[in-house]
Amino acid sequence: MDQNILEVDNLHVSFKTRNGAVPAVRGVSFTLKKGETLAIVGESGSGKSVTAKSIMQLLPKQNTVIPDGAIRYEGKDMLKFSKKEIQAVRGSDISMVFQDPMTSLNPTMKIGKQIMEGLSRHTALTKKQARQRAKEMLELVGIPNPESRLDAYPHQFSGGMRQRVVIAIALACNPKILIADEPTTALDVTIQAQILRLMRNLQEKMDTGIILITHDLGVVANMADRVAVMYAGEVVEQGTLDEIFYRPQHPYTLGLLRSMPNLDASRAEPLIPIPGSPPDPSALGTGCPFAARCPYTMKVCHDYNPGAIAMSETQAVRCWLHDERTPAGHVPAEIKEGRRSAEEAAAEAEGVTA
Amino acid sequence: MTMMFPKDGDLKAGLRRADGLPAEPAADLFTPEPLAESVREELAKPAPTFWKEARERLFKNKGAVISLAVLLILSIMAIVGPSMNEFTYREQHIPHSNLPPKIGGLEWLGFNGKDVAGTDVYAERGIETNYWFGTDEFGRDLWTRVWKGTQISLFIALVAAALDLIIGVIYGGISAYYGGRIDNVMQRIIEILTGIPNLIVIILFILILEPGIRSIILAMIITGWVGMARVVRGQMLQLKGQEFVLASRTLGASDSRLLRKHLLPNVMGPIIVTVMFTIPTAIFFEAFLSFIGLGLQAPLASLGVLIEDGYDAIRSFPYKLLIPAVVISLVMISFNLLADGLRDALDPKMRK
Amino acid sequence: MTTQTTETSSPMDQREDLLVVKDLKKHFRIDRKTVLKAVDGISFSIKKGETLGLVGESGCGKSTVGRTLTRIYEPTAGEVGFGGANIGGRIDRATKRRLNHDMQMIFQDPYSSLNPRMTVAEIVSEGLVIHNPDMKQKERDKRVQELLELVGLNKSHAGRYPHEFSGGQRQRIGIARALAVEPKFIVADEPIAALDVSIQAQIVNLLKELQKDRGLTYLFIAHDLSMVKYISDRIAVMYLGKIVELAESEALYEKPLHPYTQALLSAIPLPDPEKERTREQIILTGDVPSPTDVPSGCRFRTRCPFAMDSCAVIDPEFREVEPGRQVACHLYDPEVMAKEGKEVTVR
Repeated sequence: MDQNILEVDNLHVSFKTRNGAVPAVRGVSFTLKKGETLAIVGESGSGKSVTAKSIMQLLPKQNTVIPDGAIRYEGKDMLKFSKKEIQAVRGSDISMVFQDPMTSLNPTMKIGKQIMEGLSRHTALTKKQARQRAKEMLELVGIPNPESRLDAYPHQFSGGMRQRVVIAIALACNPKILIADEPTTALDVTIQAQILRLMRNLQEKMDTGIILITHDLGVVANMADRVAVMYAGEVVEQGTLDEIFYRPQHPYTLGLLRSMPNLDASRAEPLIPIPGSPPDPSALGTGCPFAARCPYTMKVCHDYNPGAIAMSETQAVRCWLHDERTPAGHVPAEIKEGRRSAEEAAAEAEGVTA
Repeated sequence: MTMMFPKDGDLKAGLRRADGLPAEPAADLFTPEPLAESVREELAKPAPTFWKEARERLFKNKGAVISLAVLLILSIMAIVGPSMNEFTYREQHIPHSNLPPKIGGLEWLGFNGKDVAGTDVYAERGIETNYWFGTDEFGRDLWTRVWKGTQISLFIALVAAALDLIIGVIYGGISAYYGGRIDNVMQRIIEILTGIPNLIVIILFILILEPGIRSIILAMIITGWVGMARVVRGQMLQLKGQEFVLASRTLGASDSRLLRKHLLPNVMGPIIVTVMFTIPTAIFFEAFLSFIGLGLQAPLASLGVLIEDGYDAIRSFPYKLLIPAVVISLVMISFNLLADGLRDALDPKMRK
Repeated sequence: MTTQTTETSSPMDQREDLLVVKDLKKHFRIDRKTVLKAVDGISFSIKKGETLGLVGESGCGKSTVGRTLTRIYEPTAGEVGFGGANIGGRIDRATKRRLNHDMQMIFQDPYSSLNPRMTVAEIVSEGLVIHNPDMKQKERDKRVQELLELVGLNKSHAGRYPHEFSGGQRQRIGIARALAVEPKFIVADEPIAALDVSIQAQIVNLLKELQKDRGLTYLFIAHDLSMVKYISDRIAVMYLGKIVELAESEALYEKPLHPYTQALLSAIPLPDPEKERTREQIILTGDVPSPTDVPSGCRFRTRCPFAMDSCAVIDPEFREVEPGRQVACHLYDPEVMAKEGKEVTVR
């Protein structure tokens, strides 16, 4: 149970452009256990989607370079797999749900056939059995009249229903890992709530490990067990859900949380934005990528990019604030003592529901 | 979580630094130094503008650059070529008829004044002057005629393309910009026009107006502008709903300002590409009309007329066909390659 | 950053109405048989210096409201009063010109809302060129620089092109363009929806600051309920072309009345794990019906957990149930509830 089914180790990905190689992922490491949800959070351009696509090896070969790193699925490095081995894993052991349900289904193919496609490639089921399984999958993801819907085309479904179908396709072969790349970003909130609940229920049933890629901290709080925060192609902090939300150790994580509105906070409490804009990946210097926007920048941050340091059994962070040479008075209280304890938050939550 | 989780002190392991700095940051660097507000909003080096970037991309495309050079040379020849020797394109000199090409110094290239049988016609007839591209059956200098023909072909193509451009942009622009019923009616007209085989239209047209440069141009543009109108309409429809156009409308911009400042500059790319593809089509069409005898009348020459003349004598005097055919092929290939290059350079999907 | 809590419009607010909308409709004809009723009879008013938030899911017509008010679309029916003048039906040139001056819009997509072939200076100064053609180039440049600094951009970037800027910076350029003509009223159509989380707060704070300094009035359109609260004094919730609830923002979040508002609020995932673990979520079943084929009676009845027989027959009236608070739901209408043999129980 406690075994890692996926280990991403020091992954680097660059894209070839007219102006030379642009790094998108710069030394990312994380692990995923069976049945757990790891959320990868970051802004657009932080490299979170590229990380996911490189696990599935969906990046265009002609302009992608993976100079370093390993992606181990059950101990075997997938980056060294042959095309055939990859195809055997993809869709059956690891599958993916994309952001846009409108474009991730083939518009000219019946839904049933699209679900059965993967089944017939990866399993020994007969056509009849595959159809039966497809029907079960539609039922499982909550599509009414699954039998008749098998013969419907994607345009006959609404956005939320399509995303259910996409999830059905992804889960048809009982994958051990599901990579969900912004699965609810294109959906309305009420539909998002439906899909998130569906994903949680299915995970419980099938014990799938989920890598959830999102920019929405609300979705993270709703779904994740552990969180990796990405900035400029690096994981700047990772930890358990509570560690990240209540004891963030990186100023970027803290900044993200502070800039998020809280539904029950008063309007008078101002939002604290992170100043500046995300860095241009082709113009990253050697220092900490967040130094330009960080309120606690020190001289060292401009020239030296810190390595990761463990803060607990489960939490690691890349920030100079945690170096012993940093003057104690410079570390903000929210990082030193935590934003608030989980107990405090629980008490507060109780106050709201009461 | 065991093997790759950083242990205490790993701060140094993943550390990156600028070249020439000590491996370990000095303790005195741990002093607060946040960036000033103004620096945060600083932009990177100025990025090239759209046109500059397109130009750069075009010049990186070898085929397009060579084509551009070839076209330049051909155009210059089309202008100065006819006056490079003492002959005119219409002056007949029967004693000098059907002479093969001869250029002093280029005999090894086939410009040796010998006919298909291998006899030196110049020596045989005792002719002193060299005809560089030979002569036709009336003794007219083919060098002069070929370049005059190129000039006329290019002229017809450019004028036709320019008129297509004007009509197409205006028609497509009005159709897309005003939309609704106007668009509906205008599109039906286009459909009717394209519904009639345009060869028939053109042939009828030329039969009514007598053959000549003007009637050929008219015949070509009567249906030729439709393609341009469609391209412009499609692009404009897309642009019309863009938020920057709406923004300008809420600022109260007039129709002409919207078209001039917002819509046209953003369809320039596709317009240029379409024009570049129209030109070789027009050249080909003119040649085709001349070839079937509906083109220019003697003694005027276009590349099509020359090819048609040469075709009749392909066995005994192959140079009469070969030279204009090579020129027209060069023109067509170059225009097509250049248009391809422009399309790649201007395609907005390639940007970013 | 200071906020206008002191200025929050209470029912007793004596400020004058800047915009009064009465029974506004905007229908689009799709083909001979189908009509898309994007906005189907909505009424609200906005006071001077106030922000009204307009929220709803995609396709509910909220953007159409904004575009109809700014006359990008011609309204199908209804009255719109703006600063005392009626701008609902056909309007003459002079009124249109005044409107283009007084009413501006900020758009959603920072990538398509700026013309890629124009420099920042040209974009920002467009309103000045249109409304003030006699202005000298030098004056105009100076004004552009002031505007850029006002929205927190470097004034030396006036000669740059939009693609050199990040999403948040582009949105600031869009705001500067709208401010150039010194409008009184700004329709902000999902101005933060396309931005990264860390940038959203920057833009919301900027809009609030500008409102405070210049007494601007906003209609803030959004689908993200959590951010809307920070900027709006009052919030209107739209569903399928109609406003179902309108209330002061604090009140709306504390005690949503309409079942749709309740579901909408409860569906937002909160960025707080503990609350996410403990709270009860109302999860609506089904999808939003198509606006070309609206359900009879109450539009929300097909997804409403409290739907009654009357809901299929009677279209609920948009009525005031508490001072400053309007709801279109039978649950709060004693007459209909009596017919159903029930009593009004305010949840």
